[in-house]
Amino acid sequence: MTATTAAPAAAPPRRRLRGGAVLAALSIALLVLALVSACVGQVPTAPMEVIGSVLHRIGLDLGPMPAHPSGEVTLWQVRFPRVALAIVVGAALACAGALLQGVFANPLAEPGVIGVSAGAAVGASAVIVTGGAFVAGPPVAAAAFIAGLITTALVYLLARSEGRTEVVTLVLTGIAINAFAGGLIAYFTFAASPAARDQIVFWQLGSLNGATWNSVAIVAPMAAVGIAVTMTMATKLDLLALGESAAAHLGVNVERVRQLAVVVVALLVASSVAFTGIILFVGLVVPHLMRMIVGPGHRLLIPASALGGAILLLAADLGARTLVPNADLPLGMLTSLVGGPFFFWLLRRTRRQQGGWA
Amino acid sequence: MATLAAQLRTLFARELEVPERREPGAVSMRAVDVSVDRGQRRVLESVSLDVRVGEVLALVGPNGAGKSTLLAAMAGDQDIAAGHVELDGRPLDRWTGTDMAQRRAVLPQQHTVGFSFTSLEVVRMGRAPWVRTACRDEDADAVREAMEACDVARFAERPFAALSGGERSRVALARVFAQRTETLLLDEPTAALDLGHQEAVMSLVRERARAGTAVVVVLHDLALAAAYADTVAVLEAGALAAYGSPREVLTENLLSRVYGHPVEVIAHPRSGAQLVLPQRD
Repeated sequence: MTATTAAPAAAPPRRRLRGGAVLAALSIALLVLALVSACVGQVPTAPMEVIGSVLHRIGLDLGPMPAHPSGEVTLWQVRFPRVALAIVVGAALACAGALLQGVFANPLAEPGVIGVSAGAAVGASAVIVTGGAFVAGPPVAAAAFIAGLITTALVYLLARSEGRTEVVTLVLTGIAINAFAGGLIAYFTFAASPAARDQIVFWQLGSLNGATWNSVAIVAPMAAVGIAVTMTMATKLDLLALGESAAAHLGVNVERVRQLAVVVVALLVASSVAFTGIILFVGLVVPHLMRMIVGPGHRLLIPASALGGAILLLAADLGARTLVPNADLPLGMLTSLVGGPFFFWLLRRTRRQQGGWA
Repeated sequence: MATLAAQLRTLFARELEVPERREPGAVSMRAVDVSVDRGQRRVLESVSLDVRVGEVLALVGPNGAGKSTLLAAMAGDQDIAAGHVELDGRPLDRWTGTDMAQRRAVLPQQHTVGFSFTSLEVVRMGRAPWVRTACRDEDADAVREAMEACDVARFAERPFAALSGGERSRVALARVFAQRTETLLLDEPTAALDLGHQEAVMSLVRERARAGTAVVVVLHDLALAAAYADTVAVLEAGALAAYGSPREVLTENLLSRVYGHPVEVIAHPRSGAQLVLPQRD
């Protein structure tokens, strides 16, 4: 009798254990994948050499140094920033997806699908064009953030009626926003100088090519703040699944959660778009898969999605670098090729479960 | 500055205060001359009601008479054009969301839950207002008791979205019960239920009232109102047509007028209970 009354009410012990195990497994997978990713490239490097190089940097005289003459430079100037950027961008996108889906209580919300990524891209390309090819990182990131903020707020206002979001309205709003943003980006591409044009076109494809420690230093804090704030909203996001008025009846200040979510989504999306361009569907696929593994509770879903997003993008980038010899495929192309069919499947499934689009 | 300090206190306080429960007969909620406009149209015209601890107050009336609007106004969902609603002695706009959630629970008419939350998880959400209060120790107890009372413990682990309509409304009711508030605002809790579960739910509601809860319930079934309510408020075109005990209020004249159809009120041959029937030829 006492055992039953003492049972914790926050989460059943079974799922909590499983949740901890999943987070640990995801973290290990991420580390292994990061190591593999750092080994692969034109300058061959062994896993032990990568570990040795990192240990030497942090002052531990252990393990071998890279044997190749330019190995050390390649690792620290090219591969590590790229791995770090993949982790940051993947985590940010997946977290933004989980947050948007939580706020809309709808599994189809995603920064790319509803047009937030494209909106942020408009801001960034505007700065690239007006500032020329020599524009530095921070203004691009700031412009992406501001444009992302405006777009997220716009989607929120347009896609809601009477406290809820219908799937059709949300997706159609996304089409409209994406089309409009596409038009603006096309104009900037047209009006840009040849150098800036190359930059925009390349960056629209979505790529981690050219990642530097500078860009990592700008977006990593943005993503970290975004993910941390999202974590604090976890319980409220759970309650929002009951609908806005029911959540309000349970004490959630829905208006404030909404405003905060708009800002955080813009921050997360801007941190991913600013230096890597538009990468679609990560925010859709990852939270969905994680929900299948850890359940819909956001306290686990958000960290699991962040880790899962980092893994997915790291794996996608590894594929982008190795699938075709001596070519660096656009990363956005890969995620779209996988994410497009997945989105279609999810649409069909959601429709079947709801018995049509009410 | 003062509000910021209050917010910070709420943020970092380990134990928040909880409202005290009051004796039967105390007024837990009060509507004072409440009027509601929808667009240009006035849908509720200066309605006044007292909700008392220990009593079930039924809101009845034909479709569009303003039952759900009145309940929404009392829940704080509906902007009020004139008058005000008091909860625990204070106007609604003087309470924070959590303060209100610790004093009244609301059962909506529609039950939707996004994502695949299980019934157990949904019922647990009812405990959200009590985080960081001493009452969180009751969480497990409140959830189990509410689920057993509503006969939903059997499908605790099933996703809410996979339940039938009747099962969903009982899980939603269990969530509201688990909140353990002094006042319950229920919008048609019997709507999707079969006869057996209707009776079970209404007895449960009355039991709650007897145990020291104030209940406001929107009902369509007048016989249920006659059987289970202590006070009945009949709404007609946004105004209060009658307000009192079922025996006083549910009369043939009044109901025939309000519903626009001849109604018979007869006593049950054995129990003497009020039976409300539409006249059929």
